[in-house]
Amino acid sequence: MTDETALQRVKFYQTGTHTVGNRLMDKARRSVQASMDRSNAITSGHRACQGCGEALGARYALDAALRASDGQLVAVNATGCLEVFTTPYPETSWQIPWLHSLFGNAPAVATGVAAGMRRKGRADVRVVAQGGDGGTTDIGFGCLSGMFERNDDVLYICYDNEAYMNTGVQRSSATPPTARTATTPAVGDAPGNIFGTGKNLPLIAMAHNIPYVATANVADLHDLEDKVTTAMDIRGARYIHIMVPCPLGWGSAADATIHVARMAVESGLFPLFEAEHGRVTRSKKIRRRVPVEDYLRPQRRFAHLFKKGQEDTERIARLQRMADANIERFNLLGERETP
Amino acid sequence: MLKQTEGSQAVAEAIALCRPEVVCAYPITPQTHIVEGVGALVKAGKIENCEFINVESEFAALSVAIGASAAGARAYTATASQGLLFMGEAVYNAAGLGLPIVMTIGNRAIGAPINIWNDHTDSMSMKDSGWIQLFAETNQEAVDLHIQAFRLAEELSCPVMVCMDGFILTHAYERIDVPSQEEVDAFLPPYDPIQVLDPVEPYSIGAMVGPEAFTEVRYLAHEKQLQALRRIPEIGAVFKDVFGRQSGGLIHSYRTEGAETIAVALGSVNGTIKEVIDGMRDDGAAVGSVSICSFRPFPLDELRAALVGAKHVVVIEKSLAPGLGGIVASNIRMALRETAVPVYTVIAGLGGRPITMNSLREVLEAAGNMRLPDVQFLDLDHGAVEREILRAKQTRRAGPTAENILRNLGHAAVAGND
Repeated sequence: MTDETALQRVKFYQTGTHTVGNRLMDKARRSVQASMDRSNAITSGHRACQGCGEALGARYALDAALRASDGQLVAVNATGCLEVFTTPYPETSWQIPWLHSLFGNAPAVATGVAAGMRRKGRADVRVVAQGGDGGTTDIGFGCLSGMFERNDDVLYICYDNEAYMNTGVQRSSATPPTARTATTPAVGDAPGNIFGTGKNLPLIAMAHNIPYVATANVADLHDLEDKVTTAMDIRGARYIHIMVPCPLGWGSAADATIHVARMAVESGLFPLFEAEHGRVTRSKKIRRRVPVEDYLRPQRRFAHLFKKGQEDTERIARLQRMADANIERFNLLGERETP
Repeated sequence: MLKQTEGSQAVAEAIALCRPEVVCAYPITPQTHIVEGVGALVKAGKIENCEFINVESEFAALSVAIGASAAGARAYTATASQGLLFMGEAVYNAAGLGLPIVMTIGNRAIGAPINIWNDHTDSMSMKDSGWIQLFAETNQEAVDLHIQAFRLAEELSCPVMVCMDGFILTHAYERIDVPSQEEVDAFLPPYDPIQVLDPVEPYSIGAMVGPEAFTEVRYLAHEKQLQALRRIPEIGAVFKDVFGRQSGGLIHSYRTEGAETIAVALGSVNGTIKEVIDGMRDDGAAVGSVSICSFRPFPLDELRAALVGAKHVVVIEKSLAPGLGGIVASNIRMALRETAVPVYTVIAGLGGRPITMNSLREVLEAAGNMRLPDVQFLDLDHGAVEREILRAKQTRRAGPTAENILRNLGHAAVAGND
């Protein structure tokens, strides 16, 4: 048993947040926020909102990919927040070669970059494509499915903040039931987004039998980095779906991004798992299960569920059943594995 | 090498000679034989270092080409009709990014009503996308224009569409001189991009540009087209030196010396027009024709010089701007804006309607006799449209008109007479 697994076995974690303390990790595995030696795909000075989950998720994902590829990395970006806040002309935050074409074609453009690199004798240059949930689950879905089906050598990362935030918080097919958006207002008999809609892209990705699919979350950056590193070790089509809270669209406090993201995992609403060739191989166990209310309450997009004196117990219970189903389906409460 | 071959096959062989590195394919009639041909050549190992990627849509086809081109590879694709519209967003994007992609358009009508036959509505829909648009008159010219297109695109960092008439050219078997690899290599140097995705020198390509610089970016796109106006004839001249034949250029004039009536057209119909001109010249009529090879950039000065001596200019065009008339004719009027030469629009060949020598002769004679209206639809079935207009007046009803017209024409075999 290595020192690291010994540490994990006794489950040191911080009492307040239930995160694995960075300083308790083996030195090689500690997350580094800033240092001269740290890989730095997206540098400071970009224009993301305060508390932006996407900026955090993208930075850790791409930095991990940059390390895994020994600096030989190209990023392709769909139109969206990440594209806009990193490249206001004539400035750019990107320290790696970066290409933005359109909203709906990032997977196909990435396929082309990978093919071009191979033909130019640069097969060592790895390609990451990325987009938000709108660019991935809606408008870019056709191109994404095509890229998966051809098993093109691209890692596609979806930063899912569950709505079209760049255009002002409109519903996407990743918006959860009951969430208020500008196009699913919290009015009428079924306030917010309705039940029975939306698509689960990680499962759809798995149905393509691609080598690797994973979900990740900005509340556990070690896990996120591990999954990106694992994905970068594989050739072919890979998909990582990262939940990234959006303080603006979710109506959560800018300093609550990590907390909200963690509650999504601990409630079971956002299961963390990995799959290879269409089969779930590993799921991240919930440390301390919380009711869905703990996730929903800090977000104003769900405020209509918690009106004083008329709490919408029926819909909250329905969301709880969704979380319960995830816990069952992905075995999220089972014995934690040693890493 | 001279061979009797199908236009699409000859173009596929020409593409192979240009040593593309990434070819993306999505089938759509009538360009399908071209990508099939290229695919077979790649699979047989006849094109060194080339990837042939079967994609899920035309939108993806051009998007893959965009990625490959930005990575520094020579990229090619082909499409037609609805396919060009479906990739429309990427068409503008490729031009905006300055990527020298070459794409064949097997020209075909746009629905509804769905129609697989030839006209120029597809290419015309993208005339202002920033791509160079070259129209082939013959299959030989289609072959030659593709070879020139790569050189032009890569010199100017601007994508080029080579437009060839669907079926009339793509599916026609005729004698074509397919050049040798040595000739093409002597004419077309390898692609050496000025800016490419490279971890050693990381660029951000495709950044957001606001009002402070957008106009300048667009101006430079216009300037690039004006440069193409100079480079197209020069490249044509180099081509002639290497291959020994005149192909491409901005426009071709045919028997315009002393011509009072001049027909202007794009693409293969010029073959028919030349035959009509010959016949009318034999009968003593002062007629000639001009074929436009480069529609974008539009050669205003050359056309003005070619047409200014005429008394009547008749534009035969395979596209329609509903509510206005002719698209090409409007452009020709721009070329003749400081002259008094009248420009007539003849909308012809829509959705594959044959353009016959008799009908062409009639309109050219009518123009000479001052009897041609501003906008004329060649061989229009006036009875059918008048019945439909009358019917629409009597019973106002929203819905598709095509079925009503077909019923009027007696073409719709409807079970149970109604």
